[in-house]
Amino acid sequence: MNSQPLLSKSGRIIVCVAIALLLAVTPFLPDFYVTLLGKIMCFAICALAMDLIWGYTGILSLGHGLFFALGGYAMGMYLMRQIGRDGVYKNDLPDFMVFLDWKELPWHWTGSEYFVWALFLTVAVPGLLAFLFGYFAFRSRIKGVYFSIITQALTFAAMLLFFRNETGFGGNNGFTDFKRILDIPIATPSMRITLCVITGLTLIAFYLVAKYIVQSKYGRVLQAIRDAESRVLFTGYNTLWYKLSIWTISAMMCGVAGALYVPQVGIINPGEMSPAASIEIAIWAAVGGRATLIGPIIGAFFVNGAKSWFTVAFPEFWLYFLGALFIAVTLFLPQGIMGLVRKLSGARQGSEK
Amino acid sequence: MTPDLLNDGARRLAEYQAKHDAREGVSQSGGQAASFSRLVDSRTVDLAGGGILYIEDISVSFDGFRALNKLSLDIRVGELRCIIGPNGAGKTTMMDVITGKTRPDSGRATFGSNIDLLRLRESEIAQRGVGRKFQKPTVFEQLTVFENLELAAKTDRRARHTLFAKLSSAELDQLHATMKTIQLAAHGQAIAGNLSHGQKQWLEIGMLLIQEPKLLLLDEPVAGMTDEETERTAELFLSLEGKHSLVVVEHDMKFIGELVNGGQQTTKKIVTVLHEGSVLAEGSLASVQNDDRVIEVYLGR
Repeated sequence: MNSQPLLSKSGRIIVCVAIALLLAVTPFLPDFYVTLLGKIMCFAICALAMDLIWGYTGILSLGHGLFFALGGYAMGMYLMRQIGRDGVYKNDLPDFMVFLDWKELPWHWTGSEYFVWALFLTVAVPGLLAFLFGYFAFRSRIKGVYFSIITQALTFAAMLLFFRNETGFGGNNGFTDFKRILDIPIATPSMRITLCVITGLTLIAFYLVAKYIVQSKYGRVLQAIRDAESRVLFTGYNTLWYKLSIWTISAMMCGVAGALYVPQVGIINPGEMSPAASIEIAIWAAVGGRATLIGPIIGAFFVNGAKSWFTVAFPEFWLYFLGALFIAVTLFLPQGIMGLVRKLSGARQGSEK
Repeated sequence: MTPDLLNDGARRLAEYQAKHDAREGVSQSGGQAASFSRLVDSRTVDLAGGGILYIEDISVSFDGFRALNKLSLDIRVGELRCIIGPNGAGKTTMMDVITGKTRPDSGRATFGSNIDLLRLRESEIAQRGVGRKFQKPTVFEQLTVFENLELAAKTDRRARHTLFAKLSSAELDQLHATMKTIQLAAHGQAIAGNLSHGQKQWLEIGMLLIQEPKLLLLDEPVAGMTDEETERTAELFLSLEGKHSLVVVEHDMKFIGELVNGGQQTTKKIVTVLHEGSVLAEGSLASVQNDDRVIEVYLGR
């Protein structure tokens, strides 16, 4: 009863259909929808990462936007170097550095011309920051709302830091005007489709990884920590390493999502580190349904789909709608959309009997 | 070695002996000294001294309130010890100190003769063989009964191991045997949160048993149980006597009576009364119940 396969038969079919749809349909979508789909799938990765730490381990992070942005900045540095001499100032240095009258690259830009280094930083920077922050927070047994507040403060502090020109990340304008990735022009339909498909495949791969994690004994320990941490401690598990490892994995997933997001959207700035951005990630997970893996993905699609429609149709009402949505979910759907689906399918099965 | 050093050593030994002999409340277990010169693995508890738990002069205070006041207590290997005392006597604080949750201001707590409990974290103490049951039943509500027991089973506790862990058939057998012992065999796939209060208590006891602890600390194990469940719990504990050392903190005098008067009567069972953070009386149930001071602070009320 314990060695259940990673996916049930229907699960395998759904994953195959999702991959097939992604490969077959994306090339025929209008440009706008390709970018939108790619963007939402990046957000879905964040929601999935949030679910691992919040839904399964019971630790609410209100700073996941920071890890997302750090991954984005890591990729953005590489993209800035790929502009080469095609910038406004026709200089080897990125435009904002020329504007600030800098003569050479700061130390932390070393190696930024290499794609592999960018990929490494994409996971290493969020991972390392999460590890250090998590180690001290979890070792000091900071829990619940206190932990959430500190993560919120962390992302806010990082935002203030990145707003400064001296930090060397383009200040409040961030990075934009990308021209190429791997020396291939970035603003072409085929590149958009490629990036979108890669994002989709990454999302599916992360979904499978997350599914493996939560089905393993490790995943059950995480849920046990969520339900009764002291019991886990007195059963002989050192919960520090469990919390720290899932927290770091979750941050790295967000970093990857950020790195995929930047080349598709074409901009990264400190706004991504704003507390509101991080709270939104939590909303996607809550709307979709915590502690189900598919739920947060659905939540990310639902909320962001609604956002892109609302902000066009009724731009001034979007925030009211988002607030109302969150209140409604909290009051009427504590289990999110997946809870509703389960309730409805349960009711149907009940009436069939 | 100089004569000075030898003399010094002899003097300190005599001092230790004198202090130990003069202590109030005679220690029932063998002395720790029995295994002072043995080489033992620091992760395995050394029980050669005959005692499984030594608490010496432990004091704990919270914001000026003295929860434990120079508490000293010894538990023999295989003993079933009942501890009673009015509210605020320090029973739960004592368990917190033993399991590493609270660090005492002073004193010593040793598991067997070699493991210093005051240097270890909760998880390490649990791994060395101290199991604890909380007052309020604490199980993993969202997991099934089977999964609850699976997590408690004695296996490698490190995160990287659990990520790839598979249940062996021996472990599976052990899980099923435990489910039978705690009378939850038919509820293996039930979500623990949906169990009745008594069943949760039993599940938690089962989780403790499968952990194979050497010392079991049970904080009010029959609170909220029906009479029948209480009786069955007493039977279960009596069957553990000898295999594990048990410390039972309880208010229910009927349950204490069943524990003390049931089971093998090879050794006389001792009941300890705590009051204001230290031992007020210790002895057989009858002698404790007839003790004037005990009647005054506890039973007579």
